[in-house]
Amino acid sequence: MASSSNSPCAACKFLRRKCQPECVFAPYFPPDQPQKFANVHKVFGASNVTKLLNELQPHQREDAVNSLAYEADMRLRDPVYGCVGVISLLQHQLRQLQMDLSCAKSELSKYQNLGISSHGIIAAAAHHHHQGINLLGGGVTARDHHHFHHQLFPVNQQQMIRSAFDGGNGYDASSFLAAQLSGFQQSRAAAGAAAADGRRAPVEPS
Amino acid sequence: MASSSYYSTPPCAACKFLRRKCLTNCIFAPYFPPEEPIKFTNVHRIFGASNVSKLLNEIAPHQREDAVNSLAYEAEARLKDPVYGCVGVISVLQRQVLELQKELDAVKADLIRYNSVFVPCYCSSSNNGENPETGGDGRS
Repeated sequence: MASSSNSPCAACKFLRRKCQPECVFAPYFPPDQPQKFANVHKVFGASNVTKLLNELQPHQREDAVNSLAYEADMRLRDPVYGCVGVISLLQHQLRQLQMDLSCAKSELSKYQNLGISSHGIIAAAAHHHHQGINLLGGGVTARDHHHFHHQLFPVNQQQMIRSAFDGGNGYDASSFLAAQLSGFQQSRAAAGAAAADGRRAPVEPS
Repeated sequence: MASSSYYSTPPCAACKFLRRKCLTNCIFAPYFPPEEPIKFTNVHRIFGASNVSKLLNEIAPHQREDAVNSLAYEAEARLKDPVYGCVGVISVLQRQVLELQKELDAVKADLIRYNSVFVPCYCSSSNNGENPETGGDGRS
């Protein structure tokens, strides 16, 4: 009979063992979410997860478990690519957006050049538009986003993804991901570290 | 005994790591060559050999290479970032996509504004007598 009045955590229930007060899984695998541990166990294994959690600070463990649960879920949905498929899809979207942005900016710069050379026409036309549009010179605020080119994966990681993925995933990864990540509190820390890494590693498409 | 003469090929990285005989039908051998020991070490550390073996057995043979490469990628990401692993990368990419989309929307809005300024100007200047497209004036 359990010494505590609480029911065993999902992990101990799954593993059919007594849930001790100091159980490392108990805070992160509540008994009402049995599938979470089942998935993590199937993909990573209980002992690997234990080792991983023991290497982390207690305040980091919840995020770690949630990210492992997400990865395990993705791997079970897509046994071949797992969440790497999502990464590949996002990179593809990013490349497409960069191309579109580049085209749009190039188009805009033509108007700006026309604006500079046809000062009179623009000045007259500006009277028709009183919404604060700045047509001359600083018509477009300086949007220097070159750093986005450097925030993609480092080249070696991109090659790994390319070698593993042919862009054929069919599921709507982005909306699923948005739902999954809404509970995370990690974006600032991870984004800061990865963005700092990415800025130092310019990516050249091969 | 003379193991080197027993094997026609050296053991794969997995069997070398696991210190076992690398059989001809070894499921790991095609994907974990002996010259890439780190790949299996990482995968084993995060997923475990038996989990990887089960996973590969459930996948069609032509997809196994991709599966192993994605597992290797995930394992490496997790070792570099034990808290977030690949999910950290996804989070960064999502944010970049959103920011670029916002920027693109802003530039497109500017383009629309420019279009609405230049087209009326062009029409009013062409009313003076010339229509470059038709070669005659647009109005009688």
